[in-house]
Amino acid sequence: MNYHLNHLKELESESIFVIREVASQFQNPVILFSGGKDSILLTYLAQKAFYPARIPFPLMHVDTGHNFLETIEYRDQMIAKLGAKLIVASVQEAIDKGAIKEEKGYNASRNALQTHVLLDALEKGKYDAALGGGRRDEEKARAKERFFSHRDEFGQWDPKNQRPELWNLFNGKKQIGEHFRVFPISNWTELDVWQYLHMEKVELPSLYFSHQRECFVRDGVIYADSDFMMKKPEEKVEPMQIRFRTIGDITCTGATRSAANTLDQIVQEVAASRFTERGTRSDDKRSETAMEDRKKQGYF
Amino acid sequence: MATDYADMEMLRFTTAGSVDDGKSTLIGRLLYDSKSILEDQYEAVRVSSERRGESEVNLALLTDGLKAEREQGITIDVAYRYFSTPKRKFIIADTPGHIQYTRNMVTGASTANVALILVDARQGVVEQTRRHAIIASLLQIPHMLVCVNKMDLVEYKEEAYERIRHEFESFASKLDVHDISFVPISALKGDNVVDRSTKMNWYQGPTLMYYLENVHIASDYNFIDCRFPVQYVVRPNTDEFHDYRGYAGRVAGGIFRKGDRVMLLPSGFSSTIAKIDSFDGEVEEAFPPMSVTILLEDDIDISRGDMIVRENNVPTDTQDVEAMVCWFNERPMQLNGKYALRHTTQEMRCVVKDIRYKLDINTLHRNQEDKEIKMNDIARVTLRTTKRIFADAYRKNRITGSLILVDEGTNETVGAGMII
Repeated sequence: MNYHLNHLKELESESIFVIREVASQFQNPVILFSGGKDSILLTYLAQKAFYPARIPFPLMHVDTGHNFLETIEYRDQMIAKLGAKLIVASVQEAIDKGAIKEEKGYNASRNALQTHVLLDALEKGKYDAALGGGRRDEEKARAKERFFSHRDEFGQWDPKNQRPELWNLFNGKKQIGEHFRVFPISNWTELDVWQYLHMEKVELPSLYFSHQRECFVRDGVIYADSDFMMKKPEEKVEPMQIRFRTIGDITCTGATRSAANTLDQIVQEVAASRFTERGTRSDDKRSETAMEDRKKQGYF
Repeated sequence: MATDYADMEMLRFTTAGSVDDGKSTLIGRLLYDSKSILEDQYEAVRVSSERRGESEVNLALLTDGLKAEREQGITIDVAYRYFSTPKRKFIIADTPGHIQYTRNMVTGASTANVALILVDARQGVVEQTRRHAIIASLLQIPHMLVCVNKMDLVEYKEEAYERIRHEFESFASKLDVHDISFVPISALKGDNVVDRSTKMNWYQGPTLMYYLENVHIASDYNFIDCRFPVQYVVRPNTDEFHDYRGYAGRVAGGIFRKGDRVMLLPSGFSSTIAKIDSFDGEVEEAFPPMSVTILLEDDIDISRGDMIVRENNVPTDTQDVEAMVCWFNERPMQLNGKYALRHTTQEMRCVVKDIRYKLDINTLHRNQEDKEIKMNDIARVTLRTTKRIFADAYRKNRITGSLILVDEGTNETVGAGMII
């Protein structure tokens, strides 16, 4: 027998270790679930970590209200299958209550509003660790992120003053009121994620596969037509053969033209792609340090 | 196509360096030549370079993530970079090289298989080179690759390379390193990085990329001494798995099989492995770094922090720990100070009983006069722990031989230790 794990199995083992460490070191953890492939992977790995027991934490969906229907359907089916508890933190509710104010205009997005709603929900539920599907290869600020990422009582990230993280020794100690963000899949790349989902035959939302959809183009990005986005007069809606490489809020998730409709074809397409997946995310394009700025305030 | 990646291995390597020694250029080159820099990333860097008034696309911007790093043009923290070839997936722990960031170098080195050490062909072995090599040796990175860079600036001369090789070898004979290789490169021009240089026919060895793809890392784990720190106890409490009691953890050493006679620490009780379980079904053999769940035949009280080992091969059982500690905090290490200590899945408290000497990280000199251990210092210390600790020498096992110290007031990780 050959005593080595391939890279996917090694990544899997590392993530499972981190997830079990969360269950051991924290009182009240929660999984942040967006319905995207990374949080699906995270939840799948959590299922593996505690098998045959159930995942000992609830899932939280920070819901902007601007969802793809397919995401919500998938989410509810998955929750039912896992027998897990779902907490929905609603941006719409916070707007209705007057707690936050919505952006206006063509590029209005509820992205920034999520931070407020997320921090509020973490505080209300007294969650001391929030597991997220963030990956270091996604974005330059995320490349500096720890597995166990400390947040102060305001939920802020201080990138210049992070705890050193060595070997597999994670320090989850904190003061009352502080919490941790934990990123078990830090070391996975987009391609690793797809290869693994393919290898494990994980069921995914239909949005990831090629389908025909009413879309329009803005600044070179293809958006799904929805009631949530104002269109400029020159923006024409037409049917296109597309799929999504990432899934988030409908107003900031761009599609790619693609005929890939199996995981095998997606793996091949991602491997050959000359653009990053976040290239279609308008939330990152607001400035050079858009992600770092948002993360400091307490974003995912 | 879909099965091509089934046999890919993962290799983690660390680089260290400061401005101008070509580290960022080398990483940029590896990422670019392995087609890991995508068009939108390249475009973003091109725009940034232009905005900063630079005439060429500055690939170093790819590796500097934080605003402060971009502004100051330096690397502060450890950044992780990813690329892959059909043979391997690589994780680069990209760390700063300046002495004031020793702690970041130590962090990056803690999980690496290979230390990639850059030497400027014009300058030879300098203080920073020695520092990187000493850290790599202290952290027991199994393989060291010395890249003699900027060969284009010494007209690709063999003598320049040979001189540095001998200089480094005579210095390294004082270190605890087992596998050193050398490669002459020019990161800027791409010589011997991914493609073989046409200007150095005198060099017959592998290119940098060939080395990274082929260096033997399968033996980097300890497969001899069985160590399984219990991380979490799985108890489903469902009808289907009513009496299920599994000990979840990651194998830290050795190979575990069903039917093995094992011993539990600290209790000293013996039992037999009834089953090694996972979500994907029963596992025949569990070896590092697999995460599995072990079930035993006997009902013994076991909890997180306990360790499953073999009866005839046990770790050191002690409350007095000798270790080399790298200090991370602005507040110096306190002699007789108390700290929280984390070792495998155990947590306890400890007191610093003795500071034996401070190690000069540039010369290996053991300073027994100045024992004030400040941030970035490395010292040999004696710790007394509140509980028994089951440890191996770090040289034998990087997982059961490592520990961290945590300040009980601020909760910061203040030190990292390698057990002697």
